[in-house]
Amino acid sequence: MRRIITATVQNRSGVLNRITGMLTKRQFNIESITVGSSEKEGLSKMTFVIDVSDPQKLEQLTKQLNKQIDVIKVQDITDKAHVVRELALIKVAGVRQQHAEIQSVIAPFRASIVDVSKDSLIIQVTGKPDKIDALIELLKAYGIKELTRTGVTAFLRGHQPQVTEMNSASI
Amino acid sequence: MSLKVKKDTGVQTDHPSGADLLVDVLVKENVDTIFGYPGGAVLPIYDAFHRKKAPFTHILTRHEQGAVHAAEGYARVSGKPGVVFATSGPGATNLVTGITDAMIDSLPLVVFTGQVAKGVIGTDAFQEADVVGITTPITKYNYQVNDIRDLPRIVKEAFHIATTGRPGPVVIDIPKNIVTEFADKSEEYDDKVDLPGYQPTIYPNPLQVTKLVEALKVAKRPLVLAGAGVLFANATEELRKFVEKYQLPITTTLLGLGGFPGNHPLFLGMAGMHGTYAANTAISECDLLINFGSRFDDRLTGNTKYFAPDAKIAHVDIDPAEISKNIETDIPLVCDAKEALKALLDFEIDMPGHEEWNRQLARYKEEKPLWYEKPDELVSPQWLIEKIYEMTNGEAIVTTDVGQHQMWVAQYYKFKKPNRFVTSGGLGTMGFGLPAAIGAQIAKPDELVISIVGDAGFQMTSQELAVIRERNLPIKVIIVNNSALGMVRQWQELFYEKRYSESLLTFNPDFIKLAESYDIPAMLIDSEEKAESMLKEALNSDGPVLIDCRIPQEECVYPMVAPGKGLQQMVGVEKTK
Repeated sequence: MRRIITATVQNRSGVLNRITGMLTKRQFNIESITVGSSEKEGLSKMTFVIDVSDPQKLEQLTKQLNKQIDVIKVQDITDKAHVVRELALIKVAGVRQQHAEIQSVIAPFRASIVDVSKDSLIIQVTGKPDKIDALIELLKAYGIKELTRTGVTAFLRGHQPQVTEMNSASI
Repeated sequence: MSLKVKKDTGVQTDHPSGADLLVDVLVKENVDTIFGYPGGAVLPIYDAFHRKKAPFTHILTRHEQGAVHAAEGYARVSGKPGVVFATSGPGATNLVTGITDAMIDSLPLVVFTGQVAKGVIGTDAFQEADVVGITTPITKYNYQVNDIRDLPRIVKEAFHIATTGRPGPVVIDIPKNIVTEFADKSEEYDDKVDLPGYQPTIYPNPLQVTKLVEALKVAKRPLVLAGAGVLFANATEELRKFVEKYQLPITTTLLGLGGFPGNHPLFLGMAGMHGTYAANTAISECDLLINFGSRFDDRLTGNTKYFAPDAKIAHVDIDPAEISKNIETDIPLVCDAKEALKALLDFEIDMPGHEEWNRQLARYKEEKPLWYEKPDELVSPQWLIEKIYEMTNGEAIVTTDVGQHQMWVAQYYKFKKPNRFVTSGGLGTMGFGLPAAIGAQIAKPDELVISIVGDAGFQMTSQELAVIRERNLPIKVIIVNNSALGMVRQWQELFYEKRYSESLLTFNPDFIKLAESYDIPAMLIDSEEKAESMLKEALNSDGPVLIDCRIPQEECVYPMVAPGKGLQQMVGVEKTK
């Protein structure tokens, strides 16, 4: 099962290395990891998407993260109401005549063309990973020359409903 | 002592160098012994030791591995952190085995490594190694000092992290420029540390204590398992009180030996791969298992599928990540073992009575004790350990390497007191025993320290005999010599159809002459008749002694739980021949 785990960590040198090293040593499979600054100076926020086989391993994962000296708080937000976003840049082959067509394909995804050249253009899209997956699938028809995704970053929603029906498989 | 730098260095008193600062903070941490080896990148630090007449003893081992194992031995018997210094590059990488050993056995170490100067880090400079990178997975925490102003804080934090919670090694990598720079002023050494992400839980959750009390109220076949956590928590007294109060049968892990008196009637012996029949059967048959401070290591549990199948599991551990890691736990108590025991002792628990269970286990102990046969020639290793146990009344400090001799010590030396058994448990490090004995003897100069090692492991760190002589440490080194890598040979005999691939030593040095070259008296014991009087002579002598004791090569450690098997499937419980 895919889990979204967030961690608040002290921004000390080597912290990312220590955490990813621990995950590798304990055989956790990291699908994506993002790190950036937080609202507090000296603290960083990490978001992991990790494929975990069973509840016991998941418990180990959060405990091992918590055990790290630099880690202040760990949350598994998969089953809670959350906002999750990822950004992708997609370079698609396309001559000028195709631009209008591509524009109409990406419009429902609220993606935008951020760079145009003679024979290619770069599309920027933000959203949930499955939305980005869907857009990539559509753009394959034009020939994807290059693709980069940032990995997800996530937050708990301000309001948590009593019973949540979030599907953990689809993040 | 004066913290002032001598005038002739041209340094102002309130502008100490990084090296001076380092010596000052070590003094403030009450460091009395350092195990180390100098080199280029730490020259300024070693100069400060000398110049400032630092009030601690520096033990110059003959290899960095010796230094770190000695520090482990020191930490194990003294309860204080072991302090190690090594230079950059090869000095630091030679420490890796010992740091890993300390990590897995939870020993508090503060390890200082030199590093090339900041300006050349990353250029593959002479004796440069990425020590922070190398030691990240094998330390509780590590640092590289990037600013001289951080040095006091980092040292303070390192000692705090190493010695609190679940103890472990901390590495501080110090670039050479940091120790030669001058601080603006004498840096304040704060008494407090500010580590918001590191707050070990000391006291047990009352709800979980109540759950355990309730479980005891209905337990018909209770069993206590004690690990090294009991020793780290100084909880042996509380453990004995608790066990005696409710007449609970008790077993220990390898590293838990000494946490409960080895000759106590309630003690079943060590459990695990080479555990006693009584202990392993008790685990297989109990209905409540209370684990105080053991991490359910695989050498203890055997195949976890068959581990304590009928039991409710209570697990007391200061490290929450150990709960349900290997064995699913019903009642978790994340806290210090001493606090858990104190909380339990506050209750008056009305147990249903388990006299029949105790009688049954006592019967197992009596009917299926550890056994061995005396060989026609040479010396029986089990008999040898029994003799040493008798002669020292179970009160000596004993260090070992890993393997057959280690298991024989665990089985036949019935440690009566805590912190007397210094052995490499989790990592299973050959070459550990001799340097560990040096550290133990330095920590406890008035105690009898015996280093029982194999002939193969001894040769991995035998150069440390020089330290024993140099410091006149009265360590008794006993080589249990079977001219083989005994445990490797045993596994090949049992699981590889006696194909003894590279496990037999067809050449060994003359250990007597080797000892003599270090000016250490030595004796050869190759028969039982000679053994008793020679052992007595050796143990009673004032100085160091080395004994080369010859045992039959084919001797195996039994009982044994084969890898992948459950504890109840142990073999070699009784004589088969």
